[in-house]
Amino acid sequence: MSDTLEAVRETLPMPLVQLSMQQAINRALGEILDADDRALVFGEDVGVLGGVFRVTDGLQARFGAHRVFDTPLAESGILGTAIGLAMAGFHPIPEVQFDGFAYPAVNQIITQLARMNYRSRGTLPMPVTLRVPSFGGIRAPEHHGESLESLFAHVPGLKVVSPSSPQQAYHLLKHAASMPDPVIFMEPKARYWNKAGVNLADNVVGAGSASLEGSVVVRPGKHATLIAWGAMVSRCLQVAELAAEDGIELEVLDLRWLKPIDEAALAASVSRTRRAIVVHEGPHTAGLGAEVAALVSQSCFDVLRAPVERVTGFDVPYPSGDLEDEYIPNIDRILFGVQRVLEYRRG
Amino acid sequence: MAPRALAATLDTLPPPVSQLLEADASAPDPAQLRDLYRMLSNVRQLDRDAVAWQRQGLIPGYAPMLGQEAAQVGAGAAVDKNRDFVFPTYREMGVAYTLGVNMVEYMSTHKAIWHGGLYDPVATHFAPFQAVVGGSVLHAVGWAHGQTLNGPGASVYAGLGVGLAFLGDGASSQGDVHEAMNFAAIVKAPVVFFVQNNGWAISVPTEQQVAGGSVAARAAGYGMPAVRVDGNDVLAVLAATQRAVAHSRAGLGPVVVEAMTYRRGPHSTSDDPGRYRTLDDEKIGGGEDPLSRFRKVLSARGVADAAFFAGVDAEAQQHADDIRDGVVALCSRPGSEMFDFVFQETTPTLGAQARQWREESEHV
Repeated sequence: MSDTLEAVRETLPMPLVQLSMQQAINRALGEILDADDRALVFGEDVGVLGGVFRVTDGLQARFGAHRVFDTPLAESGILGTAIGLAMAGFHPIPEVQFDGFAYPAVNQIITQLARMNYRSRGTLPMPVTLRVPSFGGIRAPEHHGESLESLFAHVPGLKVVSPSSPQQAYHLLKHAASMPDPVIFMEPKARYWNKAGVNLADNVVGAGSASLEGSVVVRPGKHATLIAWGAMVSRCLQVAELAAEDGIELEVLDLRWLKPIDEAALAASVSRTRRAIVVHEGPHTAGLGAEVAALVSQSCFDVLRAPVERVTGFDVPYPSGDLEDEYIPNIDRILFGVQRVLEYRRG
Repeated sequence: MAPRALAATLDTLPPPVSQLLEADASAPDPAQLRDLYRMLSNVRQLDRDAVAWQRQGLIPGYAPMLGQEAAQVGAGAAVDKNRDFVFPTYREMGVAYTLGVNMVEYMSTHKAIWHGGLYDPVATHFAPFQAVVGGSVLHAVGWAHGQTLNGPGASVYAGLGVGLAFLGDGASSQGDVHEAMNFAAIVKAPVVFFVQNNGWAISVPTEQQVAGGSVAARAAGYGMPAVRVDGNDVLAVLAATQRAVAHSRAGLGPVVVEAMTYRRGPHSTSDDPGRYRTLDDEKIGGGEDPLSRFRKVLSARGVADAAFFAGVDAEAQQHADDIRDGVVALCSRPGSEMFDFVFQETTPTLGAQARQWREESEHV
């Protein structure tokens, strides 16, 4: 191929590939393992089975059982060995099978993973990307629908990110795995099977942002900002679509990084819209929405037309599948939240 | 009641792989025997002095290892500092000393300078000071499995680097220790679980802590060999650990070494053993002092005499005094380090907090 032709090829936009989030993550993992021979993927059933969600499907056959391996059914053990492997110079990408099963690993995550870099004064970095299929919405048994982001975000030494689309998942996972610090990668399992176009080119994350840091506006609007992450982003986009029929233009901000939170983007969006509604699945009290509301109140106090509204799960254990639609913020509840913000009058 | 060190022995470790044993387990020659005593004496002196430093107000707290010198020096002397890696708890001063860790940097954690201590864990092959009981046992397994993944060809040496996980009878109750032993045995990780069974988990005796009475006995359930050894006999500990390390180094998997010893001092300088045991209990449980036992061995073999012991002990006092001077001279770390070491790549939020701290702290 001539140099000219090659140059032309490089300037052409890469075609979008239709992938589900599960396929996008699988593809990203394959590329990470391919590019970095110190990367390891391990967890419960991730090998021969390919993971209970098939996210690691085919990876063991492709890269061998020494790089993609099943562990005993012991989450603390998965995290503890990941820490030791990182100390030995590897880049572990462990999986905890479901959000609620991260609880047995919380001791290792908080007392060890998050602190080893600090404790060792930077001599033992922890480039560990912990994948956690997260949040609810799939009618699963108990402890299969939890939202742990406020727990993880509260722990010094961890970074937390949640993708909302196949495109975001593909690029954010590759980015997270390239970072020298521990990242909790919260995959919205309710969105695993939804297909969307993915631009595989590096540094193209779409929706108006080329950066993999911070948050991203996925729908511009001027009357209020809906702030969400994970599976709630697509729900907020639905809400914005419905509200638009009534002439209400809602901006949707995909927070993406739950730690660190993109304070500048929050301020920029809400400064324009002057109203904010934060939406999340986790329980209300001390949920991450409280942090978002505090940040928005601080940066936008002078221009806010209404208190920041929180539409969240309730302070109850995540309910059984039959009741989960009553628990997870639905379109109606989010619209009520929007209405409260729009109709708020001082005094 | 008999001294704990004499508890029934157990040895399921198969005969050593001869060519690897040569490097790892040659019997100590007279010079090495004298070195072992030198280390025991230094560790004893430093440990006693550290307790005194706490009473003097130099350090806020310390966890003495009095009585465990033979277990720690014997185990540490079996470590190849070039390729093995030690995962300590908070009571492994003797192992750290034996490995050549800078003792002022080690003691810095007890002066509340920095949690993990100021020593470099990568350079010393001695993981950061660990406050969580059993917390680092899984790390040893992960690190050791990493040596398997690297393969024996990854190093200039024959055989694998070995991870040495230190834990006590109290830690053996932790679920993480089960997960670690199970995982290690399944993947045949080159790791030695070195258990100092010192009789006490703060105030709770082993009888109320370890069902069945022996951590080594559990190894059979995981299909791995174990050695239970008199932990107050430095040569027995050294030999057992060398055999265990050689076994793991040869790729044959993990081993449990249970050194039966006795915590002669309090759990920490804040503890009051008088509330849970008598002085008579301590005398009987501790048995003969491990240093006095080793002095007899060296004298009987004709490799050392009273003048040697007196000289070494005087040197140990001098070393401890020098270390004390270093600990006295240790300055506080700058407050900015609170922020500097949280991440390799800091975040805007943390950067803002660091700036605010600096602006609002007049002393900075």
